[in-house]
Order: sequence, then structure tokens, then C-alpha cells
Amino acid sequence: MTVEEVMREEEAAVAGPIETTDRYKVVIKEINAWFGRKQALKNINLNIKDKSVTAFIGPSGCGKTTLIRCLNRMHEMTPNARVDGQVLVDGADIYDKSIDPVVVKRRVGMVFQKPNPFPTMSISDNVAAGLKLNGIKDKNLIAEVVEESLKGAALWEEVRTELEKPGMSLSGGQQQRLCIARALAMQPEVLLMDEPTSALDPLASSKIEELVRSLKEHVTIVIVTHNMQQAARVSDFTAFMYLGEMIEYGATSQIFKNPEKELTERYISGKFG
Amino acid sequence: MSSKERKNYRMILHEEMKKRYRTRIITDNLVTVFALVCVVAAIIPLGSILLEVIKNGASALSFEFLTAPQGSIGSGKGGIGPAIQGTIIVVGLASLIATPVGVLAGIYLSEFAGNGIFPTVVRFLNNILTGLPSIVIGIVGYVTIVLFLGSFSVWAGALSLSIIMMPIVVIVTEETLRIVPHSLREAGYALGISKAKITMNIVLTTAKSGVLTGIGLGIARIAGETAPLIMTILGTSLFFSGLEGPVDALPLRIWRLASQPYESAHAFGWGAALILILMVLGMNVGLRLLARKKGFTVRAEA
Repeated sequence: MTVEEVMREEEAAVAGPIETTDRYKVVIKEINAWFGRKQALKNINLNIKDKSVTAFIGPSGCGKTTLIRCLNRMHEMTPNARVDGQVLVDGADIYDKSIDPVVVKRRVGMVFQKPNPFPTMSISDNVAAGLKLNGIKDKNLIAEVVEESLKGAALWEEVRTELEKPGMSLSGGQQQRLCIARALAMQPEVLLMDEPTSALDPLASSKIEELVRSLKEHVTIVIVTHNMQQAARVSDFTAFMYLGEMIEYGATSQIFKNPEKELTERYISGKFG
Repeated sequence: MSSKERKNYRMILHEEMKKRYRTRIITDNLVTVFALVCVVAAIIPLGSILLEVIKNGASALSFEFLTAPQGSIGSGKGGIGPAIQGTIIVVGLASLIATPVGVLAGIYLSEFAGNGIFPTVVRFLNNILTGLPSIVIGIVGYVTIVLFLGSFSVWAGALSLSIIMMPIVVIVTEETLRIVPHSLREAGYALGISKAKITMNIVLTTAKSGVLTGIGLGIARIAGETAPLIMTILGTSLFFSGLEGPVDALPLRIWRLASQPYESAHAFGWGAALILILMVLGMNVGLRLLARKKGFTVRAEA
């Protein structure tokens, strides 16, 4: 399938333009972020629709990973890093003083660039880690959640007979799906994916992409990607970032087919970045 | 660079590499051989010590030797029972004190302290503590605990040994936790797990084998200490009589036996040395098994 065909399909799939009265799951308001004195994000505003896939694209160092890490308060955990602004999830500011950053991370899950299963844990313990370490002891419940999460991450059929094997024994692509299952076990409302396929081969990547498309039925997904074809294939909305600024944001089909800004057009057509 | 220049340059490069090929192979082999020689040089003293101890000590071993107190001097009767018992008690108690304190201090330095002034000072003092002559620690134990309690005692010995062991455990724990990939901590944070739980259940378990190795090193070190024990537990030919009283220990017993002018005492000394080596070896093997149990090998690049 060519990119154009994919985009035509996407166009049909996306319901209406972005400025509708639809309820937004995540509202990013005037977010600025710094690493020490270096400003990584400059006044970012963005609305993310419920149960959609939003892709952040842009050249290396443009701030897309920083932005995604601001959505679950992970950015501020880096030494000397700082954030300013608001991120509303269901209308409540996750940066509000009364909000516990640990609780934010339970609602907003995250999958990282490199698969990072816990090396001392078995496959099922990896999936159950979030539950167990948050105090859930009911074994039947845990077993049920493990199965459901592994099914959700399209890994169940491959590992059902070897749940007690170490998580590290899986292949790279399977490990990444294990990490997705681990995040799903916490029943997140929003799932952040930071270049989840950049360490994987094309076959494993396409499995993850398939998964992203099916997961959006239940969760709102924000995905950072280097790969523009991937953004075109999986996302409903795309945000193009450059040098810490949000250059353009809109329906994926519109961004790829008919971008408003020249910079976006040049990036998408591969003239820079 | 024009294409002709490039071609020339390639020729020169090729010639140079050809010229150096032989030298390179020879250097390569020389370094390999040198490394092998060094390994052998390091193993020879270790092997010869072990052989010598086994040769001279094995004949002394018997059930009586392991369990009975020493007979009258020069008689060649009895055994080193009190010394074995004393070493187990004093070293055991010392490790029970030093392990939790050392591991927790290492966790603090690696996970919570950052790089401020306080942790820097703690690290510095801890490094000094590892280099402190053990006799000095023995004297401190004598002045503070022995004089305070009015008697040589197990407590004094165990506390002194724990001070020798603690900095080793601190350093190894901190260093091992530092090499646990940061991505694992982030994965934990992303699941909404508290920092305390991440530290204890993810970071520490991942680093388990390294931390256990550190504890093993510490125990091996204090099991062989003699000087601080002279100042604290004194040594006795009797069995353990309470934590406030003196007790015997293997290194002390070896030293005492070696300074006696009797052949039979020397044979006992060799036997005691063999037992001490076997105990340290057994402890290390035990810790290895513990490290392997229910754990999976950590991949460095994870």
C-alpha cells in the first residue's frame, strides 16, 4: 500500500476536523520544559481526543519525547529538568499540587523506546509487577489480569505455555509487547509510546502497529515516532514539532496530504530532518 | 581529493597495512602470551598456599579435632572446637550487624543521596574506613567496649569486625546498584510504583548477585582478621560462655598454635588454617547458590 492510499483510508476513518466539540481526553496548555537552562519545549498547546491515536513527529531533538514525558510527569524526574504549564486529563490538571505524581503514572501508562522487561521476573510476574507492587494480592484476579493484558498485547498465544519463563528469554519484539501488556495491566486511560518500534525489525514493528490500531478502542494513545510512514499508518492525528515548538497539528491525512505550513511540507517530503 | 589522489592514497594505505601486518600479528600473540603468563603467575601462589595447607593440615582433621577443646599444651590431644564455634558466632554476629547497615547505606548513596555535599562526605569517609588498619579498629573496640564492659567479649569482637566489614558492603552495594540500567527504574515509575518499592523489589533484586558477592567479600575479609580480635575477644581454650565473655576464633587459634614450640601444635595450626579456608569457601559457594536461586542473569545491555 502506498502512503497516498493509506492516507486516503485514514481520511475516511477520521471523524471530522479537529476543532469539534468532542470531549478531549488530554489537554496540553502552555507547556514549557527545560533541561537545566536549555529550553526543550516552548509554549505547547494541544488537545488530544479520547480513544484516538495521536502521533508526534519531527526531527531528532525537536522535543517530541520530552513532550510525551510531560504527559505522565516523567520529565521532571530527570535531574535538573523542569516543567511549567498544565496538562489536563479528563479536565483535571496533573500538575496540580494536590495530585500525587505516582497516581498520574497509574492512569497514564508508558512504553519505552527500548524494551525493558524486569530481568529478574518471569513473563507473568512482569505483567503483574504493577499490580503486585501496588499491593494487590488476590491471585485469581492477578492471573485474570495477566491473561487479559497479554491477550490485549497480542502476546498470549505465543507465551501461554511458558508464563513462568524469564521475560528476558523472549525476542525483542515479544519483549516490547510484554512491556505493552505490563502497561495495560494497570488499566491506563492514556497510553504513551515513545518510539516503541525503533529497536525492532520490520515484522515485529508491524505487529506493534497492528496492536496500536486495535488498542485505541479502549485507550487514548500518544505515540512518538521517527518513522513518518508509521505515523501515517497508525495515527488519527499528527503533531509536527520542530526545535521545541509545535509547528502544526491536525488530522493525519491533512498533515500528510495538505499541510498548512511550508516547514511541515518540507519535513514530510523528506527535504530535511 | 581528486579521484587520482584518492587512488594514490588508497595505495599508500594498503602498502602501509601490508608492511605492518607481520608486526601486528606478532604483537597480538605477544600480548596474549603475556596475559596468560600473568594469569599463571597470579594462580601459582594461590595454588601453592592451598596445596601446602592441605598437605600439612589434612592429617590433623578428625571428629575430635573439630569438636573438642584443646588438650594440655604439647600433648597433641583435643581439638579446635571452641575456635570454630567462636568464629561462627563472632563473624556471624558481625555480618548480621554490618549487612543491613551496609546494604541500606549503599542503597541510600546510590538511589536517594544524589551528589550533594553530605553523600560526598559519606563516600569519602567510607573509603577511608576501608583502608583503616584493622588493629586501629581493634584498639577502638578495646577502649570503648572492652573497658566499658570490663571484660573481653563477643560483643566487642563482633562490633569491631562489623566496622571492618561495613564499608566493603557499602561500596559494593552502591556500585552494583549504579550499574542497574536506569530504564528499569523508569519502567517501574511508569507503572505508578513507589520509589521505595522500585528500589527494594526491582533495583535490589536485579543487583542481588552483586550485592551478595559484596557481602561474601566482607565476610571473607573479617573471617581472617586476627589483630582486632586480640584486642576484643582475647581468645580462650574454652567454649562460648555468653556474649559478655571472651571467646576463641580460628585466626587467633592459628596464631597461638603457630607460636608454640611443639610439632603437634603446628600440625593443629595447619589443620585450623585448612578449616578456616574451607569455611570461607563454603560460605562463598553458599552465597553463589543463593544468588542464582530464583534469579535470572542480568544482561548488561538491558
